[in-house]
Amino acid sequence: MSSREKILSTIKNNQPEFAEVPEIKKFAPFFNDACEKFVEVFKSVGGKPFVVKTQEEIILLIHEHFPDAKRIVSSCKEISSIADDYTITDDPHSFENVDLFVIESKLAVAENGAVWINDNDIMIRALPFIAAHLAVIIHKQNIAATMHDAYNKIADMEYGFATFISGPSKTADIEQALVLGAHGPKTMTAFILND
Amino acid sequence: MERTGHHPQLAEHFNRDEPRVNWHDETLWFIRSKRDKIANTIPEWEELREIASQLKNNVLSNLSEYLIAFEKNATRNGVNVHWAADAKEHNEIVHSILQKHGVTKMVKSKSMLTEECHMNEYLEAHGVEVIDSDLGESIVQLAKEPPSHIVLPCIHWKKEEIGELFQKHLGTPAGNADPQFLTNAARLHLREKFLTRKVALTGVNFAIAETGEFVVCTNEGNADMGVHLADVHIASMGIEKIIPQRKHLGVFLRLLARSATGQPVTAYSSHFKKPRIGQEMHIVIVDNGRSRQLGRKEFRNSLKCIRCAACFNTCPVYRRSGGHSYHTAIAGPIGSILAPNLDMKQYADLPFASTLCGSCSNVCPVKIDIHDQLYKWRQVLVKEGYVPAAKKVAMKGMNNILSKPSLYRTAGKTGRWFLNHLPFFVKNKFNPWYKQREMPEAPKQSFGEWYRKRKV
Ligand code: SF4
Repeated sequence: MSSREKILSTIKNNQPEFAEVPEIKKFAPFFNDACEKFVEVFKSVGGKPFVVKTQEEIILLIHEHFPDAKRIVSSCKEISSIADDYTITDDPHSFENVDLFVIESKLAVAENGAVWINDNDIMIRALPFIAAHLAVIIHKQNIAATMHDAYNKIADMEYGFATFISGPSKTADIEQALVLGAHGPKTMTAFILND
Repeated sequence: MERTGHHPQLAEHFNRDEPRVNWHDETLWFIRSKRDKIANTIPEWEELREIASQLKNNVLSNLSEYLIAFEKNATRNGVNVHWAADAKEHNEIVHSILQKHGVTKMVKSKSMLTEECHMNEYLEAHGVEVIDSDLGESIVQLAKEPPSHIVLPCIHWKKEEIGELFQKHLGTPAGNADPQFLTNAARLHLREKFLTRKVALTGVNFAIAETGEFVVCTNEGNADMGVHLADVHIASMGIEKIIPQRKHLGVFLRLLARSATGQPVTAYSSHFKKPRIGQEMHIVIVDNGRSRQLGRKEFRNSLKCIRCAACFNTCPVYRRSGGHSYHTAIAGPIGSILAPNLDMKQYADLPFASTLCGSCSNVCPVKIDIHDQLYKWRQVLVKEGYVPAAKKVAMKGMNNILSKPSLYRTAGKTGRWFLNHLPFFVKNKFNPWYKQREMPEAPKQSFGEWYRKRKV
C-alpha cells in the first residue's frame, strides 16, 4: 500500500463523527469609518498613509518622499509619467535594484491595514517583496471593514498568487525590538484616493 | 545543543542564571499582554474562537475527504502533491526533488514541520546546504541550536550575544548589538542567498480544500523572497493544516497574529495557488503520527492547533524553563501534548511540565482544552508505567488536587490559599516546581475568575 493510501485509510478509520461546518455570522464592524480605521491601523503597522484627491498629488508626494529613487517601477497609469513599465516575461531577479514599486490595490482592509495584491495585476510576483520601498494606490470606496468582508469579495477570485500586505516587512526577533525592513520593503506607503 | 535529560533537569540548567530567567519570563509576558490588549478590541473575539474551534472540529471529522479534494484541486492547479507517512519519507521526498534538479543549496523559511522531521540534519548529511531565512531561525542556525519557540525562535538570546554571533559568522564589528544594525546585516547576507538559490522551501499555515491553494504567513517577507526568485517551490504541510474554504481564512487570519504577537495580521499572508510560468511547485503532505493522534479520542483536539504560540507565552512553566527544556521541536503546552503521541517513553516527562493552571486553554484561539489533555496524558503515562519515580511521589504528595481538572476551579483557589498561608507545603523539595526558584506570588484571582467577572 502506498503512503497515500495508508495515510488516508488511517485517517478515515480514526476521524470522529461528522461535525457540520459552522456559519460565519455577519459581525458589525467595531468602528464607524473604514477609511479612518485603515489610516489608524496602517500607521500602527509601520505604514505611511496619505489621503489624496488627485493623481498629481500622488506624483508630488512620491517626489517629496523618495527624492533619491533612481528606479521606480509601476504599471499604474496614474504615475506612468515617472515610472518604468515592465512585462510578465521579465526575469524577477532583474528587479533587485528597484527603489520603489507602485501598485494599485482594488481591496484594502480597515481592521488590519492590509491591502490585497494578486498576480493578475502585478504579473511579477517578486516585485512587492524585492523592491526597497512599496507604495499602494487605493480608492477609498475599496476599503472593506473586516477580513470577512474582504473574503466575501475574493471568495471566487481566480489567481495564481495573491497576498495581503500589511505594512513594511518587519521583525522583532532580536529582543522584541521592532525593526522595519527585514527582507522585503523598508517602507510601505498608501495613497488613498478620495475622488 | 545538548538535548539530553528530561524537563526538570533541563529546566534546572536554564534556571541557574536567575536574572536571565526573569528576563525571559518578562519578555514572554509582555507578548502575552499585547495579545490581551488587541483581543479586547474585537467585540466578537470569543465568537471567533468558537467558530474557529468548530471549523477545526469539522476539518478533523472530514479530514480524509478534504485531503482528497485538496490533492485533486492542487493537482489541477499544476502543483505536484506528495504524501509522506513519516519524517524519513518527507526528508527523502525533499531530497529527491533537489537531486532531480541537481541542486545542493536551498533557502528555507520557517517550518516547524521540517524541525519536527529534522530535515536540515538529514539534508546536510546528504551534502545539501540549507539556509534558514527567518531572522530568528538564522540566528539559532548559526549557533547550531534548534528554535526555542515556534513563533520567536531565538527568544532566549540577548542582543549582545547575537552581536557576537554575527561578528563571528557575518563579520559585523565587535561590540555592535543594535537590533536595527544586526537585522540589516542579516538582510544583506541573506539577500545574496535569495538571489542565487534555485530551490526554496516554505511551511504552510493553511491549506484550502476547495481551491487547492495554501497560505503562508510571515512578517519578514522571507518566504516570498525565497520562492518568487526560485525555480522550484517546495511546501511542507501536516495533514491537519486543511481548512474547507477560502472564506474561512477570514476567521483564522483574524485570530492568528493577534493571538501570536498582538499584531492585527502578519505583514504578509500569501496565497499560493499555481506555480508561476516556468516554475515548479511541490506540496509534501506529512502524517508523522498525526493520523494516530486523530484516533486518540482524548488527544485528537491537539490537531486543531494553528501554531500561534499564545499558550507558550502565557505558560508560567514555559516562561521560566525555556523552550529547550522540552527537548522536542514544538515546546510549550501544546508540544507537551503532541510529543508523547510520537514517543511515550521519551516524552513522558512533558505532560508534567505544567501547573495545570489552565491559562493555555483560556488563550487558545481554537479553544483546545490544553490543560485537560495534559492531565489526561499524565493518567495514561502513569498507567503505562512511563512516569519517573520522583514525579510519582511528588504527585501523590501534593499534586492530587492540582491535577484534577474536575476540581480545577476550586483547586486554583485552594492552591492560592496554600501559597499564601502554608508556603512550605508547596515550597518543598517534593514539589518538582520548587527547585531553585521562588514560587510566584499568588495572584488575587485566577485568569478564569477575572475573566468570568469581566464578562458580566
Ligand atoms: S495550542 Fe492553541 S494557543 Fe497553543 S499554539 Fe496551538 S493554537 Fe496557539
